[in-house]
This record gives sequence, structure tokens and C-alpha cells, in this order.
Amino acid sequence: MMSEDETPRWRRHLARAAFEYAGLVAVLLGLLGVFEALIWVRSGRHFVTVNVLELIAAQVPDSVIIAVGMTYVLILGGIDLSVGSVLALSSSVLGVMLSLSRVPLHALSLWTFTAAVAACLGVGMACGLANGFITVRWRLPSFIVTLGMLEMARGGAYLVSSSQTQYIGRAIEIVASTRLFGLPIPFVLALYIVVVGQFCLSRTVFGRYVVAIGTNEEAVRLSGIDPRPVKRAVFRLCGLLAAVAALLQTGRLSSADPNAGTGCELQAIAAVVIGGTSLMGGRGSVVASFFGVLIIAVLGAGLVQLGAQEPTKRLITGGVIIAAVIADYYRRRMARQGRE
Amino acid sequence: MEPAEALLTLAGLSKAYAGPVLLDVSLDLRPGEVHALVGENGAGKTTLARIVAGLTRPDAGAMTLAGQAYAPASKHDAERAGVRMVMQELNLIPNLSIAENLFLGNLPSRLGMVCNRRLRAQAREAMARVGLDGVPPDRPVRALGVGQQQLVEIAAGLAGHCRVLILDEPTAALTEAETARLFGEIRRLRRQGAAILYISHRMEEILQIADRITVLRDGRIVGMRIVGGASRPRGPAREGSTQEAGTARHQWDDGTVALSRESATIPAPPPAPRGDTPATRKDTSATAPAGTVGGTSSSPDSRREDTPPARHAPPAARKDARPTSAALLDEIIRLMVGRDLGEVQRPARPQTGAIALRVAGLSRGAAIRDVSFEAREGEILGLAGLMGSGRTETLRAIFGADRPDAGQVFLGGSPRPARIRSPRDAVRLGLALVTEDRKQQGLLLPLPIRHNVTLARLEALAGPGGVLRSGEEEAVAQRLARTLGIQCRSVEQPVAELSGGTQQKVVMARWLYRDCRVLLLDEPTRGIDVGTKFALYQLLSGLAEQGKAIVMASSDLLELLAMCDRIAVMSAGRLAATFARGEWTQDKIMAAALSGYAASAAKAAV
Repeated sequence: MMSEDETPRWRRHLARAAFEYAGLVAVLLGLLGVFEALIWVRSGRHFVTVNVLELIAAQVPDSVIIAVGMTYVLILGGIDLSVGSVLALSSSVLGVMLSLSRVPLHALSLWTFTAAVAACLGVGMACGLANGFITVRWRLPSFIVTLGMLEMARGGAYLVSSSQTQYIGRAIEIVASTRLFGLPIPFVLALYIVVVGQFCLSRTVFGRYVVAIGTNEEAVRLSGIDPRPVKRAVFRLCGLLAAVAALLQTGRLSSADPNAGTGCELQAIAAVVIGGTSLMGGRGSVVASFFGVLIIAVLGAGLVQLGAQEPTKRLITGGVIIAAVIADYYRRRMARQGRE
Repeated sequence: MEPAEALLTLAGLSKAYAGPVLLDVSLDLRPGEVHALVGENGAGKTTLARIVAGLTRPDAGAMTLAGQAYAPASKHDAERAGVRMVMQELNLIPNLSIAENLFLGNLPSRLGMVCNRRLRAQAREAMARVGLDGVPPDRPVRALGVGQQQLVEIAAGLAGHCRVLILDEPTAALTEAETARLFGEIRRLRRQGAAILYISHRMEEILQIADRITVLRDGRIVGMRIVGGASRPRGPAREGSTQEAGTARHQWDDGTVALSRESATIPAPPPAPRGDTPATRKDTSATAPAGTVGGTSSSPDSRREDTPPARHAPPAARKDARPTSAALLDEIIRLMVGRDLGEVQRPARPQTGAIALRVAGLSRGAAIRDVSFEAREGEILGLAGLMGSGRTETLRAIFGADRPDAGQVFLGGSPRPARIRSPRDAVRLGLALVTEDRKQQGLLLPLPIRHNVTLARLEALAGPGGVLRSGEEEAVAQRLARTLGIQCRSVEQPVAELSGGTQQKVVMARWLYRDCRVLLLDEPTRGIDVGTKFALYQLLSGLAEQGKAIVMASSDLLELLAMCDRIAVMSAGRLAATFARGEWTQDKIMAAALSGYAASAAKAAV
């Protein structure tokens, strides 16, 4: 009946994690291998170089952070289409506040800088708050609510920035160029958010509720738990993370572009789905989404090195997304049969 | 009597899901007969019907239809062969019109366009048969009441070409007039030589309409009886009926009925495969071949004397040696029950506990009308009633799952009404609700047992920042699994993989861990195998002894009779009567359950 497992729990956890992510890691390594081979054959150059890896590490943090928020929303059984626009709005707010002060940026007071960052994060969180509140209060599909927010936040971004890209200058680059343990700060921050996000999801009451609500909201409600605050918190979190991504992106480009983040909601969803999170809710992993982002990034970088143009790139990326979902279907079916 | 040519023969059908549901069932349906299938909830009636209708494949066994092998792969297959089923659950598409629902399978069309005029005409004809003439066929099904929807479902079954019609609890939501009309239609089909398999809990109706009655218990056929008593109305159907009906009448006139040759040819149930309920099996073998006319069992088991449903036939019937319907009913109920409830029979105990739950004037729309009752600590209060009598709604309203229009709930003898505006409030105040539909409203199916059992009290396992102490959680889950005997490989096993009974234990474990004072249970044993059922009974008895108040709604009257200290009977949204242990009889409870439906009250008089 009961199998009393004597192995320590952490080792079982580790074994389970290894099994869970083995497929994704294999795909990632496989992709690197394939590109390495192709590029070497074509041009005699290496693909897997420090330069390329650094490029990827510099590019992915915003996507990773957005994907973490999206993972939570998808596990909850919702969707957030507004993250790209929210990113643009937060970025514009940051840019405008920093350039309004009209002082040379190296002389920028810490107070102004902090206020600008706080406003940036606050705006993102406010958008998420609105998404969550409206979705929960009127029991609307989050698809529609966040679609509305997508338009509104983009409009807001143009309004705030007068439709102009704000050049901030080099001071903000500190955010992107500083290194910690030899890695760029944004990448470290993204990793940190992934780890914390995964920990919250699998080891805290909040995370447990998110999974449970995504699985069967009515059952959760009838167990005496109010699902509404949890749902609102998840949308708030997603908005906040979009603003964090805005901060990093603004730092990387040293400018705030109201057109930033167009289509990034779909990229984030794609990454999360490649990681195996269910669009129906109730199942998913933050770490897997992280791998999903990496897979898309490596794919993009590799195709560029091969000389593929944007159309080809998109064609292939789209195909990979569909292939990933099909692979996931078989993986789950095998797991089910394995149990029986 | 000449064994008539069978239209549909079932031979050795077996089906198992988590446990066996049907075991070696053999049965024949003759043209021009209404064959009733009776048995308790979970006896396997619906599974059998679904197999015949092509909705479920049997694990073993074969069927022949009019001499030809019959193995429908789908409902469509079965319908092409002329086998139709009217389901117990409504299978209508709410947003489509009545007419579209009726002919969804074959909409009259021209060049791919639905021919609405023809559709409406056909629909009107089909609807007139079941008495829906006053309703426009364009009306969307969602705008109809449950009873009318049921009629639409029946009309759909009657509409096509039909050699075998299966009706699964067709009258549950119908008024008496509607039922009478349905019976008229059934008699018409019988005259035309169709065979009708009629599943119902309502004995009165079965005695009215059926020619033969087969009793299923725990997936086996335990007996078959021919109906034919003095009280059986002889409708016009009888006059024009086919030859074998004529032969049967010959028998009725003889007055020698109960055991004819074909009931003697029923294979004796195979020996008990499971050792856990030997008493049950003993009863089986004792009853099946017995059955003298008066319904007195040939081997009265001393324990069975305590069995609640022992409805004694009026002495007049016995003297007469004629199988009056009362005597037949008595016998059928014996066959249906035949199990030993002795082990879980709770002794009548003085009600000394303090009042744990008091409901005063609870109302919600038409579903709950001014319901008041109380439950004491250590008491099991049964909530009986027909389908749709408001039991589920009452429990949900007490629990805050639905907001009542009026009424108060008092807890723990407090003079102030409890403020329950959501299930969250209810759970905090020590209430728990085990819902009727555990898959939709109780469980997180794909998630492990561990997540399911700790859900209602996760905060007890959380440290600062809401971080779960997972070692402790695992220990808690394992302890609960052991205490309740949850059969699983480990507590990490997804609940979806467990059997229905085990799943119910998981739900119980959740509330045990939450440690509530008042436990509300809605159909706790629906769709659960017999073994687990008894385990649940024992668990509930144990909880009552610990001083919990238990309110238990069930359609299984025998279960209530065995378990409860008092039974409150609901009828049409009202609390019709409350009986204490010792005061009740099945007749009284049934009469109370029907009392709210003025029009159908006459049905109670069998």
C-alpha cells in the first residue's frame, strides 16, 4: 500500500527535478550542438563562444523575468496579454522622470533615481492590480481584460513619452554593465527571480494555492479558501515583473522606447509553453519557463549566425513552439502510462 | 409457458472500472415487453444500460439483437440498430432550440442548409407525444425547467426508429400527469413490438408499467419476477399486445406467478469472490432461488429481520396467495437490499449532546423554502428526499456556498446567528461540506493526494513567509492515508488515478485534518464500491462518537436508515417531516418525501 521511501527527501526532490528538466536541458544542449556543427561546417567558425553566450546572457533577462510572471498567470488558468505594453509604459515613465530632472546624469541624485525607479515599478504593479481587480470582481476572462490593458498601457506609454524615445545617457548603463560573479547584473537578477519564483510556487502556501486554483477553483473555494486575493496577487505580480523587465531593458538600451516590448507577451507565452506549462492552468514550472526562454534565445542567435533573415527566423521559431507542445503531449502520455 | 423469442439477449456481460461493476449479467428482452431493472444506487443498472446503448464497451460477454450479433461501438451504432436510450443525466445542448436538440443527429436539410420548416414540423410531432405541445419548438432548451428538459430528452428517444428503448430514471423530474403520458407512449411502443428496458427507483411506477422485473445487486442479477397482481391496472395495451403477453396473462389468471420457469433458469450467482462481506454473499444465495409467492423468504436470516426495509405485506395479501403488488414489492426490496447492515447499525442513543447546528427559516428561491432543523453533537442527522427536493441546496446554503435569501444558521448553541457569507467563513466556524460531485467540486484531480488532504489547513504547516514545512506535510498526509485506509502507492500519487471510493476518502481526510465540528455530507457514498462504503459508515459513526454533528443527505434510504439517529425528510424545498430512530418506516419517509408534490402525492399510494 504505502511505499515508505527511506532516501532523504532532498535527494528525492533533486532526482525528481533532474527528471523533470532533463528533457529541456537535452533540447537546449542539442540545439547548441546542432548550431555548433552547422556553423562549423559552413564557415569553419565556432558557435558556442564566450561572445555568443554573453550576448544571450545580456539579452534574455527581460524575457526571463516576464516569463516568470506569465508562468504564474498561466498556472492560475489565466493569461496576461498586457505585459509588453506595461513594459513600455513603465519604461517611458522611468525615462521621462530621469530626463525631466535635466541634470547631467552622473550628478543625478540618488533620491531622483530612486523615485524614478519606484514610479516605474509602481506603474507596472498598478496595471497588474487593475487587471486582477477587474478580472476577479466581474469574473471576466483575463484574456479580454488584459487585451484591453494592452491597448491602454500602450496608449499611456505614447502619452507619457509624447511618442518619443527618451535617451537617458550612460549613467543608467551602470544597471546593465556591472558584473557580479563575472555575470551581468541583470542576468543574476533574472536567475534570482527564477529561483525565488520556483521556490514560492512549489514550497509556499501562496504557490500551492495558485496551482490548486488553476486546477479546480470551485474545489478550492469549497475548501474554505477565498481564491480572489490569490488571483489578484498573481496579476499584480505579473505587472510588477513586467516593470522590472522594463527597468533592465531601459538600462541595456540606455533609452526608453514607447514602442518597446511589442509582441513580447506572445514570446513569453511561447517560452512558458515550451517549458511545459499548461495553458489550461494547474501545471507548470518557473524553471522550465527559464529553459524555454533560453531555447528561444539560442534558436534566434543560432539562426542569425547562420545568416537567416527575420522571416525565416520567425517561421522556424513558430514551428519549434508547436513541436514543443506536441512533444509535451507525448511526454505526459508516457508518464501516465509509466505510472499504470 | 413458452419462452418467447428474445429480441435482445445479453449473455455474460461484465464490466469493471476501479472495481467490478457488472458481473456475468445475462438477460433477455422480448418484443412487446417492458422489462424493469431495479437495484440500489451503484448496483450497475446504468452501466448495463450504457453497454446496451453503445456508450460503454463490456469487458466480457456478448449481445444479440434479433438473432444477430450486436456489439455497438458508439451510441450512433446502437441507434442505427434501433436501440435508443433516454439518459438519466440531461444531455441537451442548452443554447440550441428544442427542435435542434431533438434532431441533432439527423437534421432535415437541403443542399447542406437546415430545412427549418420541416425541422419544426417534425419537432412538433415528437413533442406532442410527450405532452410538450404548448411549447414552441424554437425555444432554447436552457429556457425550460428540468422536467420539461427531461421530456425533451424522452421525446428525442421516442422520435427515431426504435426497437429497443432504454429509459434510465425517466420520471425523476416529471409530474404525475407527465408520467402518465409517458406511460401511454411506452404502452404504444409495447404494442408495436418494441422492447423497453425501464430503470427506476420508483417501485410504484414499475409495478404499473413493467411486465418483468430484474433485480441487480452489486453488479449481479439476483432475481427476476413477473409482474401481475390484482392491483395491476390492465390498460388497453394488454388487449392488443403480442402473443407472449397473452401467454403471460394466462399466467396471471392462474395466479401462479412469482417464480416462473425463466426466473428459475437465472444462473445462480457465482460464489463470492471477495471475503470481506461474507454475510452479503450468503444472503444472495439464500434469496435468489427462493421466493415463494407471498414474498416470505424461505430462509429467514435472523439478522435480516433487523434490516430496515423489511416492509411486511399486509396479511390479506398472504392469505390470498396471489402476488399482490405489495407482496411483490416486499420481495423485490428484499432482493435489492439483501445485504447486511448489522455491522454498522448504530444503536438508538439518547440525544444528550448539545446543539451544534441550528438552521432557522432558511430560504433560497424555490429550491429551499423555510427550512428549519437542528443537529446535536454526536448525532447523525439524515436528510432524505427525492432528487431535486432541495437537500443539496440546503447544505450549500448552510455552508455559504450559495447565499440564502432568508434564514439564519446558529452554531454551537450560540443565541446569535453565525455570519456565514462564504465557504471561508463556514470553514473558520468549524463547518465542513463534502460535496455531491467530488470530481468537480471537491478534488484537485491531477494533483497528488498530499496536496488534496492538506489544502483546507495549509497554514498549519507553514512557517514564516508561508513556507511549507514539506517534511511535516508529508508525514501528515501519510498519517491520514493510513488512518483512513487510502489505497495508494504513495501520497504523491495523483488523485485522478484512485477509485471513486478512495477519492471520497481523500475528501474525508481533508476535513479530518481541518478538524471541523459540524460535517455536512451530500451523497457521500454515491458511486462508491460496497467495501469502501462500509469503511465510510464506520468512519462517520466514529466521528459522531467523538462528538461531531453530522448532517448527511443521501438518496440511499437504506443507508440513512442504518446510519442516522434522526432523519429529516425534504420535499419540494420544504422540510416535510423529521423522524427519530424507531419512529420511522420506509413508507412514512417515502410519504413525507412525496408530500410536497401535491400533484404527484397520489403516486405514493402503492
